[in-house]
Parts: sequence; structure tokens; C-alpha cells
Amino acid sequence: MLEEIIISGFGGQGVMLAGQLLIRAGMEEGLEVSWIPSYGPEMRGGTANCSVVLSDEPIGSPVVSEPSAVLAMNLPSFEKYLPLTQKGGLFIYNSSLMDEAPGRGDLEMLGVPATEIADGLGSGRAANMVMLGALLARKPLVKPESIIAALAATLPAHRQNLLPLNEKALKAGAEFAEAR
Amino acid sequence: MEKVLMKGNEALAEGALAAGCRYFFGYPITPQNELPAYLAKRLPQAGGVFLQAESEIGAINMVLGAASTGQRVLTSSSGPGISLKQEGISYIAGSEVPCVIVNIMRGGPGLGGVQPSQADYFQATRGGGHGDYRTLVLAPASVQELYDLTALAFDLADKYRNPTMILGDGVLGQMMEPVVLKPSEEIERPIPGWAVRGKRGGKAKLITSLYLEPEALEEHNLKLARKYEKMQQEVRWEEYLTEDAELVLVAYGTMARVVKGAVRRAREKGLKVGLLRPITLYPFPSEALGKLAERARGFLCVEMSMGQMVDDVKLAVCGRAPVSFYGRAGGIFPTTAQLLAQMEKAMKH
Repeated sequence: MLEEIIISGFGGQGVMLAGQLLIRAGMEEGLEVSWIPSYGPEMRGGTANCSVVLSDEPIGSPVVSEPSAVLAMNLPSFEKYLPLTQKGGLFIYNSSLMDEAPGRGDLEMLGVPATEIADGLGSGRAANMVMLGALLARKPLVKPESIIAALAATLPAHRQNLLPLNEKALKAGAEFAEAR
Repeated sequence: MEKVLMKGNEALAEGALAAGCRYFFGYPITPQNELPAYLAKRLPQAGGVFLQAESEIGAINMVLGAASTGQRVLTSSSGPGISLKQEGISYIAGSEVPCVIVNIMRGGPGLGGVQPSQADYFQATRGGGHGDYRTLVLAPASVQELYDLTALAFDLADKYRNPTMILGDGVLGQMMEPVVLKPSEEIERPIPGWAVRGKRGGKAKLITSLYLEPEALEEHNLKLARKYEKMQQEVRWEEYLTEDAELVLVAYGTMARVVKGAVRRAREKGLKVGLLRPITLYPFPSEALGKLAERARGFLCVEMSMGQMVDDVKLAVCGRAPVSFYGRAGGIFPTTAQLLAQMEKAMKH
């Protein structure tokens, strides 16, 4: 098993955190994991992304150039990674922030209104968890419980109250993906 | 052992703390900034000193001063900043003062860019500054090694009274991977006899790199040369599937881990390839390569540069087998598919 994932979006959408939760969950489940952020001279409001690799053997390159799965949280990410995704790969995009654009016939395309779903649950900032939930519904890389445990281990004490919202968002994303 | 997730730059900083380093002097530059940021928080908690100097030149001279008192001292930077430090590194080598210098490489020349690179191999392994000196050079290839080799770097620096350089790159510094930290223990390090800590009624000591008498300077150079000869015993490397390899790839650091993955794929396709990964770049594993040259049919050196370590591979192989090279630059590194194509091309020759 080798899964090479790109998570990409605007700064502030929680793409880095989503990637870190995936590798923490993967590590706890005994997988080989790596994470690396894009660290160029990024602009405020610009697009940020991270590469996540989950594997059952030691990881070569932590930098993903041709992803097998993509979470595109905004339109620039959609446009950047659509042509780079491996044939047969999974491409999940945040349909709340873009008009339905033509996808690729050789990919598993899934539009998730992540920001709207998260808004409905109380905070649009949980859109990253909705996207993660959708990813794990289509590719059961790690258990959703491991993601929540990873979040609990990451959040400082005074932010632990955010756990129920994030758990709901993760579940809502999975339910949306399963219904499609 | 419990695994924790850390960025490479932070793991290196944690390794320095675990090795008893309590002094850091530096100046910011991408892609190593998490390292000083981490130590800025942790060193004062540990009773140490973190100081952001006015420049790299200021920082390296503070390293010379603090290390002269027998303390474990660290500085870190990236290519352009390491160039600025060269004068001080030469003085430190000439004065025989131990310290650890970290270069998290980015693309050059000049200001270049902030993306990962291995373009400073020559600078690191040939001394870099003026005069006739060598630094020990370690090349970690994982976040775990950034932690482990930092402790080794301090031990080697102390053992030889010589600067040790840790040569990483932007990918290693920025990436996050699981790492096993050693249980913390208080290290009792005796202050070495050569350290200058105020006369206190004892014999006067002098730490200098100035020898105006030709005979005295030559004697100093001969002594250093004997030391560099002795350092050769510290050579470290890893071999992967080289036993029956017809083509041996040679790569270090980030490039080595990418090549290792490609070697695994190539084996699945039936290609008899292996990897030699130098862990120390100075001393260089020339003997190990020489032994492989007796039976391998060819070598392929892969670097994130236009070709630097390949010179050392050629010296080690010494004409006994063809040595080819593949490199990318500017922050781009080869994909597995490109590496497979290069291996197939090299095996045809």
C-alpha cells in the first residue's frame, strides 16, 4: 500500500492540520508516514498545500508530485492538481467554493460542499474535517476514531471543546461521500 | 519506545539539547528557521543561551568564543549564510575548537531559491573557507537521523577538537516523520583541559589560529593533517541490496531515500541494482566503494546538484568501472520513473 496525498487550499482552511492528523493517525495504526508543507514565499490569502504519504514500507520521497488522492479546498488547488493526479486517482474538491468545473474522466471525481456542510454544523472552519471524512469514506486509510484521537492529542487543553464539532464534521463528510 | 511526530529542523534541535548543547548563535534564513525558533524557546528553559546575532559573521565568531570555553555550541544556517560563516569556520578549524554547524541546503548559486538542494557538497567537504583544513561532515537522510546524528556530531567534534558539519536540505528540515527520542539524562561532561575560562591562578592558555613563524605554522599544519588522517576511521555508510548488484547507485541525504525507493521498484522489475549511501561525506566511504568496484559493472551517482559528490565516487572507483551521473537542481528532484529510466540507461552501457 502506498498512498500519496495532496491537501491544498487557502491559508487558514486547515490544510496543514488535516495532513498532520492523517499522519498522526497513520503512525498510531502502525503505518509508515511522512508530511511536508509547501514552504515557498507564500502570499497572504494565497494557496498552501502539504504532501502526505502513507505506506506499509519505508517512504522514499516525502514530496508528492503525482498524487493518488487530492483534497482541493479551493479553485486554484483544483486547477493546479487536476492535471497532476495519477490515472484512476481520487479527486475530492470543495464544491462550496467553486462552480462545477469539468473534471477528468479517468479519475474518481467527488464534489463535496464542505464549507456549507461545516457552516451548517456551526463553523465553516471545520470544512477540512468534512473533506477528511469524505476521503476516508472512499479510501479507508485510517479509522475515523484515529483522526479524532489525533486531534485530541494536537489541540491544547483550552480548545478540547472543539472536538464534538470536528467529530460531527468528519462524520458528515463521510455520510455525504457514501450517499454519492 | 514511544514515537513522536516532529519536523526535521525541530528533531535536530532536540538532538542538540539531548547532547548537552546549551548555546546557540545564529541568524535566520529559510529553510532552517524552525531550528532556531525551537531553540529560542527551549534553551532558556534548559538554562542555556539562545542569541540571534546581527549577522552570520557575528554568530560564527560567538560560536568560536563560546566553544573556546569548552561548552557544546551550535549554529545553523543555509547556503548563503554558511558562505558568510566561512571565515569563522576556518578560524575555528585552525584554533581546533569543537562545535557543530548545520547547513540545511537550498538552491544556489547566489541567493538562489529556498527549495531543497545538495549544491553545497563541495563547500562542506573541501573545508569551504581559506587555508588547509577539513570539517567532519554528516549527511542524515531521515528525521530520526537528524536527531541521532546530531549527538554523534557533538561527540566527534569533541573527540577531534574540530568543527562538525551536518549537511541536510530543505526537504529534511521541513518534513515531519515519526522519531524516537532517547530518555533524557543529565550528561556530566568534564570541562576539557584546553578550554579558556579565566586564569584563576593557573597556567595561561591560548587558543589561536595565528602562527607567524613558518616552522611553527608548518608544524601546526602537519599536526592537523595527522588529525584528519585519524578522522578517516569515523567513516560511516549504508549499503542496500549491493551484494549482487550489477549497478550501484550512490546518493546521500534526501536523494538517498528517494533512490532507495526506486531501487526497490527496480528490483521488482528484475534489475540487479543496489545503493550505497554515505552517512559521513567527510570522511568519504572510498574503501567501501572501492570494494564494490571490484565486482559491480557500473555506478550511477544521483544528486540534487549538477554533479559534486560524483567526483569523489570517481576517485574511489578509480577507473575500475564506469561512473555515470544524474542530477536535478533548483528544488526539483527526480521521480521514481525518471530514476528507473536512468538505471536502465546506465545498465545498457
